[in-house]
Amino acid sequence: MLQIVLNALRAGVVTTRYPEAARPLPERFRGLPLLTPGGDLPPPEVCPSGALTERQVDGRRHVALDAGRCVGCGRCAEGEWAGAVTFGREFECAVRGRADLVVEVVADGARAGLPRQGLTPVAADRDGVVVAGAAGVPLSPRGAADRDAAAAAVAAQIHRLLGRSLHLRHLDAGSCNACDWELTHLLNPVYDVRRLGIDFVASPRHADGVVVTGSVTRNLETAVRRTVEAIPEPRLVVAVGACAVSGGIAGEGYASAGGVDRLLPVDVYIPGCPPRPEAIIFGLLVAVGRRAARPLAAAPAKA
Amino acid sequence: MAKGARRAEGALIDALRARAAGGVEVAAGPRAADLTVRLARVDDLPAVAAELTGPRAMALATLVATDETATPDGAFAVRYLFEPTAAGVDRFVTLLVAVDPAHPEVPSITRTIPAANWHEREMRDLFGIVPLGHPDPRPLVVHDGWPADCFPLRKSFDPAQRLAHLEAPEFPHVVAEGEGLFEIPVGPIHAGIIEPGHFRFTSAGERVLHLDARLFFTHRGMEKRMEGLTAAEGLVVAERICGICSVAHGLGYAEAVEQIGGVEVGERARLIRTIALELERLYNHIGDIGNVCAGAAFHYGTATGARLKESLQQLNERLTGHRFLRNLVVLGGVAFDLPMALQDDLAATLGETLAGFDSLVARMEANPSLVDRLDTTGLLSHRAALDLAVAGVAARASGVDRDARRDHPHAAFALPEPLALNVITRTEGDTMARVMVRVGEVRESIRLIGECVRRLAPGPLRVDLPEVLPGGRIGLAAIESPRGAAVHWLRTDSGGRIERYHLRSPSYANWPAVALAAESAIVPDFPLVNKSFELCYSCTDR
Repeated sequence: MLQIVLNALRAGVVTTRYPEAARPLPERFRGLPLLTPGGDLPPPEVCPSGALTERQVDGRRHVALDAGRCVGCGRCAEGEWAGAVTFGREFECAVRGRADLVVEVVADGARAGLPRQGLTPVAADRDGVVVAGAAGVPLSPRGAADRDAAAAAVAAQIHRLLGRSLHLRHLDAGSCNACDWELTHLLNPVYDVRRLGIDFVASPRHADGVVVTGSVTRNLETAVRRTVEAIPEPRLVVAVGACAVSGGIAGEGYASAGGVDRLLPVDVYIPGCPPRPEAIIFGLLVAVGRRAARPLAAAPAKA
Repeated sequence: MAKGARRAEGALIDALRARAAGGVEVAAGPRAADLTVRLARVDDLPAVAAELTGPRAMALATLVATDETATPDGAFAVRYLFEPTAAGVDRFVTLLVAVDPAHPEVPSITRTIPAANWHEREMRDLFGIVPLGHPDPRPLVVHDGWPADCFPLRKSFDPAQRLAHLEAPEFPHVVAEGEGLFEIPVGPIHAGIIEPGHFRFTSAGERVLHLDARLFFTHRGMEKRMEGLTAAEGLVVAERICGICSVAHGLGYAEAVEQIGGVEVGERARLIRTIALELERLYNHIGDIGNVCAGAAFHYGTATGARLKESLQQLNERLTGHRFLRNLVVLGGVAFDLPMALQDDLAATLGETLAGFDSLVARMEANPSLVDRLDTTGLLSHRAALDLAVAGVAARASGVDRDARRDHPHAAFALPEPLALNVITRTEGDTMARVMVRVGEVRESIRLIGECVRRLAPGPLRVDLPEVLPGGRIGLAAIESPRGAAVHWLRTDSGGRIERYHLRSPSYANWPAVALAAESAIVPDFPLVNKSFELCYSCTDR
């Protein structure tokens, strides 16, 4: 017993100060891919999880990256595409709207004779640069405006009712277990999310919301619906990881629904394959309104 | 081949011929040392298979069905792959039978070879090939409400379709009935942060009488997903079949592709791959040992295991940019080098890990209430481990001296001057033995990583594969993941893309052993037993 106490003292405090202060990002850390406006951007088939799409708008080629589908394999930034696609250093990428995970840029600017402009924020829809919510990306079933209002209402209600304490159920809807393990790690001595008033509970009936991992397999559809229905309203639904957000590498097929919002309205999306623990913490804080989601970026326009 | 080996091979082939009344065709392959035995008559299968598992002391490694109805053969094919249970013989023997699509039936071998049980049920669900005489008629991979006569791994099945859920009666769980017996249903959604599975216990008081485990809730259709992909795309999928086996599965897939492409990965890349493989084993084993403590309410052990595991996963992120070491293994080598600064970081972190780990193990051993919970709990006999073809830590804790790093050499274990491995075994077959095998393997992995770093010499990180892979070739690799040997079987189509990929994860082989071991336990000890096997659902269900 004495030895245990001594060992514990020797180990000291290992708990992170995140979100107040983040530990330095490792040099090799890769965030989401950044598309360079005007760059020679890769065609859609380069991405094995279907995160890249392209379309012609007024005779110009637009390329969109759906960060919700990205599994971080890096194929879009290899070889001939290396300069046009780079990796960001951002991990706080959770958003409230599915469409907010999409960044579109005008590619091949030089060839199309476009003026090269500096990057403007997402959703600006300004000529030659970046728009969010590209065509063909499904919104969650209840629609963007509706969804934002509902999410804000739930967040406000939970905030008021529960005094910043958030009790969650985990629901594995068919993940590869990497996201699940990162959720487990939130409870380890390093992340210790209980210090932030966040905890995981054993029953949906005790929960304020649910964190879902996995693309929702056919064999779990019923269990997913029943679990979420068992959570008293108002309830939050947080999709953790590429599979829960969009189907990820499993995609959509005979056994996989292609993401949680195919079945249920989702309040917060946390992209990543898997998102690192700090990225999940950030998403949970966004879910209760303690942090604001930030728009995703593209790379600075090509000089 | 040496004369003795050739004579042994001749004797083996003669024995198989003697068992096959309809005759056999024998060829080398898929790898040079392997044999493929094509049975002219499917009815000869049980006798020939029994020759392999009986007198030849081999075990069923995996079963792979393929749909070749579009080829001139016009049939389904089923391959039963066997491997020696003796140490150090790297050979697979494949029994191959053709199955008439008009009467898709094969005789079941499950009654004599229990390890075939799930494989045959999976083949029935996904290919519609019926194992005649199989003792368990229940579906395995497809669950309630799946339409009849829809077989996803047949080539005629459209992978994008979403089939309706039909009304279905409740699944017939196998339970014992009688006065004073209780049925305890658990899952598929568990109380903790755990993957989904359904466990139906029958208990008499605290004693578990029977456990019926129903899995495949996380079946995502990953093998179908692979079909038609290029080799490079397939790697992205293979690495994401399982989170905590990312390196092992990526590596197994890559080695199968490299075999087909006929390339030899360089020494430096092999050493870096091995470092990653052992780092994966380390963070798994240390976390698993901590989690066993959770099952016995020894919270200091749980917290210490979690802290050490976290420091290893942070190391992973510094080495590769990814906490689960994804994107390191690439076809033909590795994506990242291990420069001097990171070697120093690696050595320092592993030094601290070992010190912390040794101290944790000392505290566990000094805690009688923990030791008492682990000793003699959840027994898996040596015989059962062999019959079920149990893999990895669970097999070695029951006295089965098998480790794919030595028995099917890969990465740096296959270098001309191979990395030497001390295989850790125990004979007790209980929860304590499984924990102690992991303890030994943690120390061995740290030693191996040190040895790999010492042997790092300048050399290429990556060799090029042919632009298009040769068509119609089979690649076969068995990788020792943290849970045991993962067997990867891959075949290219005529255009060099993936025609069929199959993964037999060690968890797939080991789940039936968990159910068996639970039957010597009391209900409150099940979490301990389960955590001592520590199996993945995702790489079982795929």
